[in-house]
Amino acid sequence: MFTLTPLEQEALYLSLLVSTWAVAGSLPFGVFFAWLLARREFPGKSLVDGVIHLPLVLPPVVVGYFLLVMLGRRGVVGSVLWDWFGVTVAFTWKGAAIASAVVAFPLMVRAIRLSIETVDRGLEHAARTLGCGPLRTFFSVTLPLVLPGVLTGVILSFARSLSEFGATITFVSNIPGETRTLPIALYALTQVPGGDAAAMRLCVISVAVAFAALLASEVLSRRVQARLRG
Amino acid sequence: MLELAVKRRQGAFTVEVALAADKGVTALFGPSGSGKTSVINMVAGLYRPDSGRIVVDGRVLFDAEARIDLPPERRRLGYVFQDARLFPHLSVRSNLCFGMNRVPASERTVRFDDVVEVLGIDHLLDRRPARLSGGEKQRVAIGRALLASPRILLMDEPLAALDGQRKAEVLPFIAALSRRFAIPILYVSHSMDEVLRLADTLVLMDDGRAVAVGSVEELLSRPDLRPLTGRTEAGAVITATVAGHDATYGVSRLAFPGGTLTVARVDHAVGIPVRVRVHARDVAIAIDAPQRISVRNVLPCVVSGVAEGPDHLVDVMLACGETTLWSQITAQAQAQLSLTAGMRVQALIKAVTIARGDVADRPDPVSAPSSTP
Repeated sequence: MFTLTPLEQEALYLSLLVSTWAVAGSLPFGVFFAWLLARREFPGKSLVDGVIHLPLVLPPVVVGYFLLVMLGRRGVVGSVLWDWFGVTVAFTWKGAAIASAVVAFPLMVRAIRLSIETVDRGLEHAARTLGCGPLRTFFSVTLPLVLPGVLTGVILSFARSLSEFGATITFVSNIPGETRTLPIALYALTQVPGGDAAAMRLCVISVAVAFAALLASEVLSRRVQARLRG
Repeated sequence: MLELAVKRRQGAFTVEVALAADKGVTALFGPSGSGKTSVINMVAGLYRPDSGRIVVDGRVLFDAEARIDLPPERRRLGYVFQDARLFPHLSVRSNLCFGMNRVPASERTVRFDDVVEVLGIDHLLDRRPARLSGGEKQRVAIGRALLASPRILLMDEPLAALDGQRKAEVLPFIAALSRRFAIPILYVSHSMDEVLRLADTLVLMDDGRAVAVGSVEELLSRPDLRPLTGRTEAGAVITATVAGHDATYGVSRLAFPGGTLTVARVDHAVGIPVRVRVHARDVAIAIDAPQRISVRNVLPCVVSGVAEGPDHLVDVMLACGETTLWSQITAQAQAQLSLTAGMRVQALIKAVTIARGDVADRPDPVSAPSSTP
């Protein structure tokens, strides 16, 4: 029987917590930016597009360092939050969630955007003539039709969050019980002598979690597709 | 009631149209690219005119000078698109209710059960659009637009994407709409068949302009509009009333101002007003009334005009009482008969050339019963 050690339980719990919040927190923004890029023309669109995609091509360490400079306790934004409100995300699991969200954001936006682009604008026009304003049209017609794309975006970014290492360790470091997620715990184990067996166990857990997520997405997307086909 | 005067530039093409449409069906007819769809998209609020004014039922939807431009959702129109555009994620019932649910119950003028009955879509309500045929989809789309209790119904070639059989399936429903629900219809089409079956008022569009506006009968009998109304479909449209049927021989008699027309048996009841299309190429001309002839209709007429067309064909305009008929003859026939205006002749029309499809209910919205409570 495969039972988890307290250390493994903690790392798994943190990984799921961080990834879930990273995805849930970034989803509304992801949908908004996907819609913006798919449906609107505005000056500086390529710049926005570029900035959103940047984490995809930058080394995650750069992203983590940037977050540290911005949101760290002495960072540009972080110092204001700390001095005025006494709030900080540095070296907390919330910081880890932010790091994961930033790194996974382009994947989410990309999947949803592609999906929105395939929705016939004629259907949106039809909804408008039937008395729906732009917002209601989006929620009653566009969003239900892009649900498969949203699902893909969610799974991709969830998977990316689970595997997030570089930005997280740079921004929030390796704090047991706070920011030591599965990949970080795994890395730590590989750095100590005799940690091989424990590291291997974490590998197996990581594979199992990733596999379960993929399977769940497959089942869900089949259901959604079937619903659209009638 | 629709009043519209708009101008819009689309690249090198300019649409500039002014027209007023009353109750009943107003058809925008013209070749592809003549700006028909642009006009109804402007009425719907999907296109923005550069200048002008659009008023429906006394309500200003667009006024460039007063800076009024209501968004589509606040215009209270029904729009039936060429491709039905049903929402694939909703059942037929939910599609039908989509616009209706946006209208406060007290402002609804069209009842769900009435629409379902008129369009014959009762058995489809729980299906998804993906499992409907083209004709069924279009009927549901019409119902969806109607149920939004629109002040005007816009239809953009709703039959163009359907094959002949599906067309015949949907056409009667559209014809019934303007009678059953007292909602004016703006109907875009490039099919003269549909125009004859449906329209009260005809707007001939060409190159972004409304070239002529008038009743179907009037515009189709104007020779100067022939290039637009179509030469091969050319002919007269006669307003008649079913005078009687002869069951023994399977023929019907249609009375019109100027005489009686015997045609192959039609389904309409006696006393029903109809519109009859008489193709110019089916009308022959004789100087003297022929004796012992199979042709059932020999109508005394006066030649009121002779126009030479292309391809060695000659169009002869005939006055048969108050009714205008057209005859298309060869230049050779004209050379032998030397027809001139004022000559008394006989128009010969075989009963069988007027097929069932040429006789349609006459749209008569004035006497139409209204479903509005």
